[in-house]
Amino acid sequence: MATTDKEVKELIKREYEHGFVTEIEADTFEPGLNEDVIRRLSAIKQEPEFMLEWRLKAYRRWLEMEEPDWAHVGYPKIDYNSISYYSAPKRKEDMPQSLDEVDPELLKTYEKLGIPLHEREKLAGVAVDAVFDSVSVATTFKEPLAKAGVIFCSISEAVRDYPELVQKYLGSVVPAGDNFFAGLNAAAFSDGTFVYVPKGVRCPMELSTYFRINAANTGQFERTLIIADEGSYVSYLEGCTAPMRDENQLHAAVVELVAMDDAQIKYSTVQNWYPGDEEGKGGIFNFVTKRGTCLGRNSKISWTQVETGSAVTWKYPSCILRGDNSVGEFYSVALTNNYQQADTGTKMIHLGKNTSSTIISKGISAGRSSNAYRGLVKFQPGAEGARNFTQCDSLLIGDQCGAHTFPYIESRNKSAIVEHEATTSKVSDEQMFLCRQRGIDPEQAVSMIVNGFCKEVFKELPMEFAVEAGKLLEVSLEGSVG
Amino acid sequence: MLSIKNLHASVEGKEILKGINLEIKAGEVHAIMGPNGSGKSTLSQVLAGNEAFEVTEGEVTLNGQNLLELETEDRALEGIFLAFQYPVEIPGVSNLQFLRTAVNAARQHQGQAEMNAAEFMKLAKEVSKQVDLDPAFLKRGVNEGFSGGEKKRNEIMQALLLQPKLAILDETDSGLDIDALKVVSDGVNALRAEDRAILMVTHYQRLLDYIVPDYVHVLAGGRIIKSGGRELALELEERGYGWLGIKDEEAAAN
Repeated sequence: MATTDKEVKELIKREYEHGFVTEIEADTFEPGLNEDVIRRLSAIKQEPEFMLEWRLKAYRRWLEMEEPDWAHVGYPKIDYNSISYYSAPKRKEDMPQSLDEVDPELLKTYEKLGIPLHEREKLAGVAVDAVFDSVSVATTFKEPLAKAGVIFCSISEAVRDYPELVQKYLGSVVPAGDNFFAGLNAAAFSDGTFVYVPKGVRCPMELSTYFRINAANTGQFERTLIIADEGSYVSYLEGCTAPMRDENQLHAAVVELVAMDDAQIKYSTVQNWYPGDEEGKGGIFNFVTKRGTCLGRNSKISWTQVETGSAVTWKYPSCILRGDNSVGEFYSVALTNNYQQADTGTKMIHLGKNTSSTIISKGISAGRSSNAYRGLVKFQPGAEGARNFTQCDSLLIGDQCGAHTFPYIESRNKSAIVEHEATTSKVSDEQMFLCRQRGIDPEQAVSMIVNGFCKEVFKELPMEFAVEAGKLLEVSLEGSVG
Repeated sequence: MLSIKNLHASVEGKEILKGINLEIKAGEVHAIMGPNGSGKSTLSQVLAGNEAFEVTEGEVTLNGQNLLELETEDRALEGIFLAFQYPVEIPGVSNLQFLRTAVNAARQHQGQAEMNAAEFMKLAKEVSKQVDLDPAFLKRGVNEGFSGGEKKRNEIMQALLLQPKLAILDETDSGLDIDALKVVSDGVNALRAEDRAILMVTHYQRLLDYIVPDYVHVLAGGRIIKSGGRELALELEERGYGWLGIKDEEAAAN
């Protein structure tokens, strides 16, 4: 009926909230990637020799790799030599020692993004490692973390200050040759976050990073490495936004998680990169490799993601369940509108005995968007008594969008148990009519229905993020009702 | 209160309502009866503003205000309430959240402060008892897994919460056993008030034993062909619709 279509069209008309550009003088490399660029990048970051070698090896390998084309997405060919691989805000001093020393323009940017660092420090007890383009500008709460023995710093610092840990674990979960985008990242990663939680320590606060792409024509290649030692616990949140630009920008991040015996890592993402305009012009290409390995017995890795941004998303946060009794979880809400395309899901690789995994995926498609769930559940011969539960639900708003599900199940162990449920539904005209007949305006109605659909995933998010995620869905759906 | 003049409406190009005239005053209870396919449900949907139906001619005013110019949600805020024949499910959205959103939309429209979760919970619990619904239903998804009777009681509970000017009840009696019918009727009778009108749409007379109407109208072929008092319904029960020269498809099928 007319209602939902009209509603969809109006929701689609919303403007991107975070679409402003910060005027800051920047040191930016000429576009293009070659060994010389990598050497300069490594030199600027004062990296030890092993790091440069690792990058160069990755680069040489990447040159021989093919860009993957199996995902259910389409985009114009990327010219990797038209991208600049380094951009850092220019500063008078070397590194700011406190927030007072941070460029006020940058701080204003964070204010606009709704991340007032001061407020967060005081109210939420969240330590924020804010990555602006390629360099980590302000890291707060280092001291209380240091007291607990937790290392929380930029990956660049970690390369210099904790080279043994970095050398041991970097690339141990996502090798440089894993895939095309991971290879590019290994060669050219700009910055990112490093976390180490020592044995038996429960990280005293939620750790959080906001990434932001600012300079035009820059790719952002963050690299995140989180290591949870025996019996430790850490919850990590990341939020992403990017300014509005007509050109597409590439974001090829790699996240690696390592959980030892009895350790737990909870990794939550709220991704709101610029999705492009209502004609599908511009927007971020979000080609990300996220993977965690449950190395130890009884370890647990939990991914929760709310993906509302980006023009094209290619992302499969995965778990390798190596330790016996280890647990992997994937909770996902992916919303696409206008011409956005998402191909996202997870891989659960069961290696150890009695390993278990849960996948809850909620895809919401509006406008002319395309939303695909792609998941692999694999049981290796040693995965005695392993089990998986998968639930994939798709919700359609309007009649011009698409939802696809590509589940793959491979079992090489007869004792493994796998359950799979999938549903596709629509925000129906009847539901809209019921809400509106009760005096609820159409936008609020759609938002309420969509939030209800996502409830199982939102309850996995840390409280303050759950509220933010709900609001984000509302903004992303603005105009999809009329 | 409600004035309908020469109302024509169609769905997918097919004309269903072919010139309805009806005047309803505050405090009155009207029953619209008629065989299946006569346009009873269409009339309720059109009044509530379901956009699947197109009004091609005529006018409808609520207290002098042109209703047809208003969006569905604005009609609701002006006091039109429709109790659905087949209430739809909204999975994951709790009944409580849904109801509070609706009540607060109305309060906001009337310039009243919104109710917080605790205040609303208290009110909702009281009202749920009035229709004999376990307050546990408030926490469940809207109509999710409700039985037919529970859905109908849930609809009446919403009317009691929203206190509309005009409550339209679309086949509220269908699918109810006698006990449930009594509970629902008690709820509807509790709605009766001097400043409120009720329009009941029903196929069967038996509802009118419990909710006694002031006027009864017979709808057939998209027009009101006969109006009368309570006794008209009894006569219909006794003599069927055939007596008025109309074919009752359901009766024929039975």
